[in-house]
Amino acid sequence: MKHFINIIADPIFSFPIFSLLFFAMIKWYRVVGTKKFAWIFLAISVPVTVWFLADPQFIKIILWPDNIPINILVILIVFLTWFPLYKAAENDKRLEQGLEPVEALPENREKVWAWPNLVYTELFAIIAGTIFLVVWAIIFKAPLEEPANPTWAPNPAKAPWYFLGLQEMLVYFDPWMAGVVLPGLIVVGLIAIPYLDTNPKGNGYYCFQDRKFAITGFLYGWLVLWIYLIIVGTFLRGPNWTFYGPFEYWDFHKVVAEYNVNLSEFLWLKWLNTSMPKNIFVREALGIALTFAYLIGLPFISLKTKFGKDLLEKVGTMRYYIVIFLVISMGSLPIKMVLRWLFSLKYIVALPEIELNL
Amino acid sequence: MSAKGLADKVRDTQVWKSIFRHGPPNNSRNRAAVVAGNVFLHLHPIKLKKSGVQLGYTWCMGGLTFFIFLALTVTGVLLMFYYRPTAEYAFNDIIALREHVPLGIMREIHRWGAHAMVITVWLHMYRVFMTGSYKPPREFNWGVGVILLVLTMLLSFTGYLLPWDQLAIWAITVGSNMAKATPFAGHGGPGAALAQIGDFVMVSDKNDVRFQLLAGRFVGEPALLRFYILHCVFIPLVVGVLIAVHFWRVRKDGGISAPL
Ligand code: HEM
Repeated sequence: MKHFINIIADPIFSFPIFSLLFFAMIKWYRVVGTKKFAWIFLAISVPVTVWFLADPQFIKIILWPDNIPINILVILIVFLTWFPLYKAAENDKRLEQGLEPVEALPENREKVWAWPNLVYTELFAIIAGTIFLVVWAIIFKAPLEEPANPTWAPNPAKAPWYFLGLQEMLVYFDPWMAGVVLPGLIVVGLIAIPYLDTNPKGNGYYCFQDRKFAITGFLYGWLVLWIYLIIVGTFLRGPNWTFYGPFEYWDFHKVVAEYNVNLSEFLWLKWLNTSMPKNIFVREALGIALTFAYLIGLPFISLKTKFGKDLLEKVGTMRYYIVIFLVISMGSLPIKMVLRWLFSLKYIVALPEIELNL
Repeated sequence: MSAKGLADKVRDTQVWKSIFRHGPPNNSRNRAAVVAGNVFLHLHPIKLKKSGVQLGYTWCMGGLTFFIFLALTVTGVLLMFYYRPTAEYAFNDIIALREHVPLGIMREIHRWGAHAMVITVWLHMYRVFMTGSYKPPREFNWGVGVILLVLTMLLSFTGYLLPWDQLAIWAITVGSNMAKATPFAGHGGPGAALAQIGDFVMVSDKNDVRFQLLAGRFVGEPALLRFYILHCVFIPLVVGVLIAVHFWRVRKDGGISAPL
């Protein structure tokens, strides 16, 4: 069993599994968003967690002090993924029956005094927060390793945990993408959300049905492309950024043979059976063409689909292209992952001469 | 004297009355006065929609983020009394902090608090998204929030270097190496090689964005000073100002969101 889990935890398997589970959760959000489901989930996950924790290797990584925040985050997120779905399922049912959402009920619209209602709640939160931080600080000492030594790098050298999703992306993209372009697009994309999402529904209450696309897109990025990658980067990457299963000892000598091939090498050496052209742009022509097709062709192709037509009609041309561009950029990560796993593809465009690898 | 009698007596003194200019908040007039007349409490509206105080709606995550920010400010100031940002002293000061300061959990609170703040700010954004609270009229405040999110992570990131141990410098090395790859502005990034006039290299490891960030080509003492100042002065000031804008806008945009 442990051996099996060690194997399927590898992103090659766990990423598709996790993605599928995500879409299943979205599709059946009304089943997931019930108290019954939550109890069943809890009843299963508690013993499983205990069983995991009984493993010495697993508990060692989990209890490493700088990893504690991620454990807390994961537990919170499991609950906080269920909770809005639960609220949304409740409201969606009401909306279907022609009722107002719960938040709009007179008893919730009622105005209350800030003193004492809000101020006391805040006081309670401050006290609870203080106790929480103090207890955490007493139990776990802040780590301190050897003094800085610029001539000797620890292996693995990891960024702080909240950047490990980006560091994990380095497996699939060069630093200019994983460290600069994609994070930049995340920030710009987040700021742009309110200006792109022109749907007036779902403002100030939980719902899902009326905001399907927005919520699914956001949650996929947040849960799968951000949180999941952080978990992989933190718990499952050992020396040399090699994959280690949750029960696997971090053995420095584990060698993983990896021969990744560029698209241009596939094209010229394998398919056309000739040598690589001298001109670097001719050499990479196929990859460059595919990239442009992806970036520019796809928005037009999607206009042929019902989804694209509806979107264009709802938000207008300008917003349409920006939304599609952001979705395409987000999609480039899973696409690159799958290509890597299926074909050992290294770069679609490989122009190391000008440091432009994609 | 009964407790109530004592309380009334205290309330009747000149000292008390000089501080609190209103009677006990047990009627509408005084409840309004206590919130409006106190510089800290007047951030709040006097009355608000019930959903604004419901844990199931706000998750309290914005408020907790602010609380942790304040806790970090206090513990951070305490740490500054003991810490000198130089390659010679930094590490030893952290050791001293651990070994010689009685009841020393300030470093722990500061470090775990920093992690916790990253978590709460993420969850706050997530909540705001799920309740659709970024929609008009709150578009701008969402944008302010995103900047706060980035700054929170940068605060945590710059602080990570200060203990000056192996964990610190290598984590920052990994992180700042990304800056090297910035298109056109980092010497290892796409396009940098194009910015070359004859023999003159415009973007090199001596002037690119990573160099500006680290004040050097690697994580050394100048980087420590730079991160120290960013961490202790510059970013907290910007965050403080933006939080003020953020709170002001929560009020001006009609308070916590609710169905229209
Ligand atoms: C240092 C970081 C931040 C602090 C201290 C902070 C604090 C707060 C507080 C106290 C509220 C009142 C309601 C609540 O607690 O939920 C609030 C509301 C809000 N925040 Fe933040 N926030 C921060 C970051 C963010 C981020 C990252 C976003 C989004 C990207 C954001 C967007 C908003 C919006 C749109 C509201 C109005 C919500 C509503 O009306 O329901 N804030 N913030």
